[in-house]
Amino acid sequence: MAIFIDKQTRIIVQGFTGKIGSFHAQDMLNYGSNVVGGITPGKGGQQHLDRPVFNTVKEAVEQAGAEASIVFVPPAYAADSIMEAADAGIKFCVAITDGIPTQDMMKVKIYLSRFPKEQRMVLTGPNCAGTISPGKSMLGIMPGHIYMPGNVGIVGRSGTLGYEAADQMKSLGIGVSTSVGIGGDPINGSSHRDILEKFEADPETKVVVMIGEIGGPQEVEAGMFFKEHMTKPLVAYIAGLTAPKGRRMGHAGAIISSSGESAAEKVEMLLDLGVTIAPTPAAMGETVARILARL
Amino acid sequence: MDIHEYQAKQLLAEYGIKTAEGGLAYSPEDAVQRAREIGGGVWVVKAQIHSGARGKAGGIIVCKTHDEVSEAAEELLGKRLVTHQTGPAGKVCLRLYVEAGADIAKELYLSFLVDRTHERIVMVGSAEGGMDIEELAETRPEAIKKIYIEPAVGLQDFQAREMAFALGMAAAQIPQAVKLIQGCYRAMRDLDANMVEINPLVITGHGDVIALDAKMGFDDNALFRRQKISELRDKTQEDPREMAAADRGLSYVGLDGDIGCMINGAGLAMATMDMIKLSGGEPANFLDVGGGASAERTEKAFRMVLADKNVKAMLVNIFAGINRCDWIAEGVVHAVTKIDMQVPLIVRLSGTNVEQGRKIIADSGLPIIMANTLAEAAEKAVKARNEVVARQG
Repeated sequence: MAIFIDKQTRIIVQGFTGKIGSFHAQDMLNYGSNVVGGITPGKGGQQHLDRPVFNTVKEAVEQAGAEASIVFVPPAYAADSIMEAADAGIKFCVAITDGIPTQDMMKVKIYLSRFPKEQRMVLTGPNCAGTISPGKSMLGIMPGHIYMPGNVGIVGRSGTLGYEAADQMKSLGIGVSTSVGIGGDPINGSSHRDILEKFEADPETKVVVMIGEIGGPQEVEAGMFFKEHMTKPLVAYIAGLTAPKGRRMGHAGAIISSSGESAAEKVEMLLDLGVTIAPTPAAMGETVARILARL
Repeated sequence: MDIHEYQAKQLLAEYGIKTAEGGLAYSPEDAVQRAREIGGGVWVVKAQIHSGARGKAGGIIVCKTHDEVSEAAEELLGKRLVTHQTGPAGKVCLRLYVEAGADIAKELYLSFLVDRTHERIVMVGSAEGGMDIEELAETRPEAIKKIYIEPAVGLQDFQAREMAFALGMAAAQIPQAVKLIQGCYRAMRDLDANMVEINPLVITGHGDVIALDAKMGFDDNALFRRQKISELRDKTQEDPREMAAADRGLSYVGLDGDIGCMINGAGLAMATMDMIKLSGGEPANFLDVGGGASAERTEKAFRMVLADKNVKAMLVNIFAGINRCDWIAEGVVHAVTKIDMQVPLIVRLSGTNVEQGRKIIADSGLPIIMANTLAEAAEKAVKARNEVVARQG
């Protein structure tokens, strides 16, 4: 099963004909993702990468049956594109764009919440590497070849640190059901908790790895969800032990601005909630292996 | 991005927020002139640095004569002030704000922040002003009132009234307070601020409600549409290394350790620094070179890291996704050849085209220490650093 995307999922690319959109659309096609077209307002009716270009997401949904989208639109226009996808009936949207203003994301979240739950689009990102269900479909910018198909779900804020985890697991012969990037921004579409809920319900996922970092409340909220609602084991690593307070570590959201947001505090709270902590970032793979061996 | 108190007050004045009369000074003569213009018999000379808690650091001086104003200005100009928000290096004071002394009847606290749990702007108030709000939150959380603002409809007057009453305002002050609270919110929303803090918010002896101090911070991601705010940037208040890195499209944070780092991706960068620490070392910096690390960019990043004279070893950790290890390796070889590197270099490559990348480095004949895993890379970096320190005696 995997979560969010599989071989059949019909994908469109928002910001299709731009340089970055084109590059990654081709990469997704090479991986075997079912990309059925893309959106560039004003270029509707053209063909790009042997796929149709549409003016609006609505047209792509009506004419190509689009179900999932990936957004490469520049920061100033990205919030608008995300809301357009939600309005058109897209079910799952990955926003790759880095640099969307925080207040735009507040508007996006309120806009999404107006839809009844069963019709509401799931947004992941912005500022993320996307989602991959190895061997099935890739909706993102990650190097697909480092992921082996398997039974471990990954949810994380960071792109390259997620690759590191998948790579460590692959070298131990451990595969991934789906890896979901939720992005490094302070306000994001889906939280760690939201993704854990999906993995808990996915029969193919046996163990979940959560890769968090300093800043914000989401890792601890996810830990509380784990304690109250999850039957599957959860392994976590929190990056940023050496990060000083009040300094932004690259990601817009990676900043310790109040108590409870440092890596050490998060680790302590997660341990209290019964989450298995990978003691170092080099031990993510072996910690998962140890848990899998016990199942 | 942060701005100065006087800039925040100027911005807020456009939204109807009252402040004490004041003016900017760059010299003791300026400061005395401002005091003359303001008139009265009490002035406050305030150091303009990007930090709160300036009072405790001696950055705010109350004066009763023009001579005292001159002396205060003399003392503060060019001084480095260290507060718990500036770090040990402190921040240099090059501008002063001279303000009329206020007749304070009551000090309150008011701020607007982005709440990440509720994903909206939260208004925070307390009748106990002038305090460090974080300290108050820990010791007496019941003394803090929080009101969440719905982004689609914005702050409503009833919410502003609720806050004003919670702050203990008298009926006569409510209309003024509502106007001030609404003004702060509109400034936050219209200017893409991520923080507006009035600490203290003061009720004067005449019953006026004024912002005695004002602090604003802005969303870096929104500066592209806030030209006016971008122009308020004061580079003297920022770490010159971080500024230089930002101008080159790199994300750099200087730290106190001695193992320099160049990594792609913020999460992997933090994790690599953690690994250095767990292996017994201390990172000298955070540096994310981003996705498209060209040879040129790699060279710039190397120069950035090595400009820190504390650096005794350098670790490069790249997980190539969109990138390719062979490109990175060429960039590293190019940088090392061009720069006269005096410290050992440890390189760990992973991901796309890793074999070709390792071969390019091996074939270069340069004294680069290769590592295969994250753990190995950190261990080798710490070992190399320790050897350098031992040699230096």
